[in-house]
Amino acid sequence: MGGITEMAIGLGHYLTVGAILFVLGVFGIFLNRKNVIVILMSVELLLLAVNINLVGFSSVLNDLTGQVFAMFILTVAAAEAAIGLAIVVVYFRNRGSIEVEDISTLRG
Amino acid sequence: MIASLAFYAFAAVLIASAVMVVSSRNPVHSVLFLILAFFNAAALMLIAGAEFLAMILVIVYVGAVAVLFLFVVMMLDIDFSQLREGFQRYAPIGAVIGGILFLELIFVLSTWRFAPDAADLRLNPNPGGGVSNTAALGRILYTDYLYLFQLAGLVLLVAMIGAIVLTLRDRVGTRRQNIAAQVARSGSVGLVKVPTGAGLRELGILRPPEPEAPKALPEPADHGHGHGGHH
Repeated sequence: MGGITEMAIGLGHYLTVGAILFVLGVFGIFLNRKNVIVILMSVELLLLAVNINLVGFSSVLNDLTGQVFAMFILTVAAAEAAIGLAIVVVYFRNRGSIEVEDISTLRG
Repeated sequence: MIASLAFYAFAAVLIASAVMVVSSRNPVHSVLFLILAFFNAAALMLIAGAEFLAMILVIVYVGAVAVLFLFVVMMLDIDFSQLREGFQRYAPIGAVIGGILFLELIFVLSTWRFAPDAADLRLNPNPGGGVSNTAALGRILYTDYLYLFQLAGLVLLVAMIGAIVLTLRDRVGTRRQNIAAQVARSGSVGLVKVPTGAGLRELGILRPPEPEAPKALPEPADHGHGHGGHH
């Protein structure tokens, strides 16, 4: 089953989807310069694109290392989302806004 | 044939929902489209044969991360229209940089090819046969990558503790349970041997207890006054 689908679709399709998703994530960071929450969502899109690339390579090479790597990326992405949202909540509690330009005051 | 049709359908929905995530007016809609994108990405991974990762994506991302986003978006009282002021201003810059990045990626994709000995350089070839994807991943993860696995758990632990430390706050003026005082309390609690069939009054047990008794008595009187006033 797996072998047939790999023949039909191929690595190029996965890499193209990953590339489009990655570009959309970067575009989202630029587009929503003020809204930290949407920026965090864009970062999630970037990591998803990387995961799709890794899974595509893993599938075509028939090598499981890529999937292990994707799992570690998933872990780090979950940790990043939790910490980022916690910072957003604390920041909102203190300042009453989440504009990125105000957050530059976080510099030491 | 069906697999490639499914691939195109899922990929199209994935990219469309990613567009909606970055361009939606309402962040709640962004989160919901992000959930849709995760589902479709999981379907793509299923087509690629990474079943375990697809299920993990649905459980961890849709079940935890996206819902966390949803909580935060709905919990914070933010004027989102104000946050979208620079939308038109930043769109051309973002489009230019995104276009350049996409062109570069396409250049890489069109000229790149596997090394001739790529098949021999595989670290963990798929065992195939009757071994499922989950079992194969587990074999690798718990033997070759055990320390990395533990490290990933540590990362999650640090993130969890960090999130708790960041968002925990001590409010002044709130009443909370003082367990030490509660445990150290004595004198007002005792064991009583109750004869069968005896009522509380005959045993001499006061209910409600003494300190609350004066409080409980004026209340009906107050009600009476209140009613009187209304009438």
